[in-house]
Amino acid sequence: MSNISNISNIFIKTENLCFSYDNDGEEKVPAIKNASIEIEAGSYVAVLGHNGSGKSTLAKLLNMILLPTSGKIYINGRDITDPEMSEDDMFEVRRQIGMVFQNPDNQLVATVVEEDVAFGPENLGVPPEVIRERVAEALETVGMTAYARHAPHRLSGGQKQRVAIAGIIAMRPECIIFDESTAMLDPVGRKEVLQTIGRLNREAGITVLNITHYMDEAVLADRVIVINDGEIYMDGTPVEVFSQVDKLREAGLEVPQSTELLFRLNALGYEFAPGILTTDDCVAAILAKLSRTE
Amino acid sequence: MLKDITLGQFFPGESYIHRLDPRTKIILTVFYIIITFSAKSIFSFAALFLSVVMIIGISKISFKTIIRGIRPVLYIMIFTMILNIFLTNGEDLLFHWKFIKIYKEGIITALLVLVRIIVLITGTSVFITYTTSPIQLTDGIERLFSPLKRIGVPVHDLAMMMSLALRFIPTLIEETDRIMNAQKARGADFSTGSLASRVRALIPIIIPLFVSAYRRAEELAVAMECRCYRGGEGRTRMKILTYGLNDFFAIFIFLLFLAAIILINIYAPGFKL
Repeated sequence: MSNISNISNIFIKTENLCFSYDNDGEEKVPAIKNASIEIEAGSYVAVLGHNGSGKSTLAKLLNMILLPTSGKIYINGRDITDPEMSEDDMFEVRRQIGMVFQNPDNQLVATVVEEDVAFGPENLGVPPEVIRERVAEALETVGMTAYARHAPHRLSGGQKQRVAIAGIIAMRPECIIFDESTAMLDPVGRKEVLQTIGRLNREAGITVLNITHYMDEAVLADRVIVINDGEIYMDGTPVEVFSQVDKLREAGLEVPQSTELLFRLNALGYEFAPGILTTDDCVAAILAKLSRTE
Repeated sequence: MLKDITLGQFFPGESYIHRLDPRTKIILTVFYIIITFSAKSIFSFAALFLSVVMIIGISKISFKTIIRGIRPVLYIMIFTMILNIFLTNGEDLLFHWKFIKIYKEGIITALLVLVRIIVLITGTSVFITYTTSPIQLTDGIERLFSPLKRIGVPVHDLAMMMSLALRFIPTLIEETDRIMNAQKARGADFSTGSLASRVRALIPIIIPLFVSAYRRAEELAVAMECRCYRGGEGRTRMKILTYGLNDFFAIFIFLLFLAAIILINIYAPGFKL
């Protein structure tokens, strides 16, 4: 994004970030190479990349689950690669940047929904009355209030994932990273979770990083960052990124079906404007073209 | 089929027993075990059986659930009954064939031991697992044993491990079911053949189960770290444990019950174990 002028508005900033996994003496495989990105507070960013491209690694670097090999990371203006960082500072970073993972079963710690949501605030040492308020509020936000006393293993995948999101919201984060959070869900569950994500971004002003390999999810974001082999490969609005179909294919990625269709039609000589991403827009564009030719 | 196992599962509710403090419930469980093993007279066993029926009634846990919870130990029950029937000596010989002698006392003993096992399993699971959420249970254990922290016992960590283990029982059962079905689809046979070959048939279930459990543990650990978990220090709780009148009342009732059982043992006529 080129329109960033106000430095204080940037929530996440990385400078020449590098990371390689330790491979037991064998040669180290770099997972992130020289990544420099800036993410504005309140933005909705999709991070795309095929399996093993380093997108999950990037997420884990941002909330200090992994520590970078070299380079800098600034969260809210604070350098988190600073060796002076205390343990409390580290937990403050993790509070600010919540993370929702792929498998809902492996991130729920309690056998009752409300107790699970309370887990984060409890760890932060929030007083009991405040925890109650926050749990009620978080469940309300994700629309799971009616299930507060249910056992999570009886819920559907989408519901479990919304409980996991509530557990993060209850810690009052500024940013939430969704690490393929919809990958294990059925279409209904995916829709529920995506609607929740969109609402959090619009209504609560939470910065959202949605790591995904679903193109139609990336379309919902304000900005798309494509990672390929640990490098920032493309960065721009969904329209800018998805209009470069060839470049995406080189990175082993597909484009949304509508874009794909119009791309092929264009190859046959039709002239559709680039950057049509959703099914509705695609239908409208084709209808418009048809009525003109009639 | 594996989904039927209810041992180690919590059923949320608002009954009197649900509302008791987890510490009280742990203490009551210990009492109940003591009571179960102090019952000697046939009348104290009757009282014991009545008490377990009452406890189930008060907890509002369905009898179907209770029976499903007992089913996994069915074989142990049958085994102990058979042992008791054939190995107890007495005076009233009912049946004699070659070296097999069955006495009336043997049959009564077998029935009483059966009642003891049922009461033990049902009583403890109603108090500890069915009506107490693992987090409450952990809380209770942590508080109850917190004096041990002074001599270096990692009470919080042990309690947390236990509650996570309980949390993952249904998940791992589901997983086992899935793996078994996957192996069956490839022609695995778990129900015929010699004991040795059946045990061998379990290996392709246990190995994937372990691998997946380790992967889950790893993911869970990362998820917990992301939610700022750093052990027991500085941690608060949403639900604060407080003893109420109810708790003292329940403990009082159990003390009375224990006294009653002992008195019945001493003074009641009839058969004694």
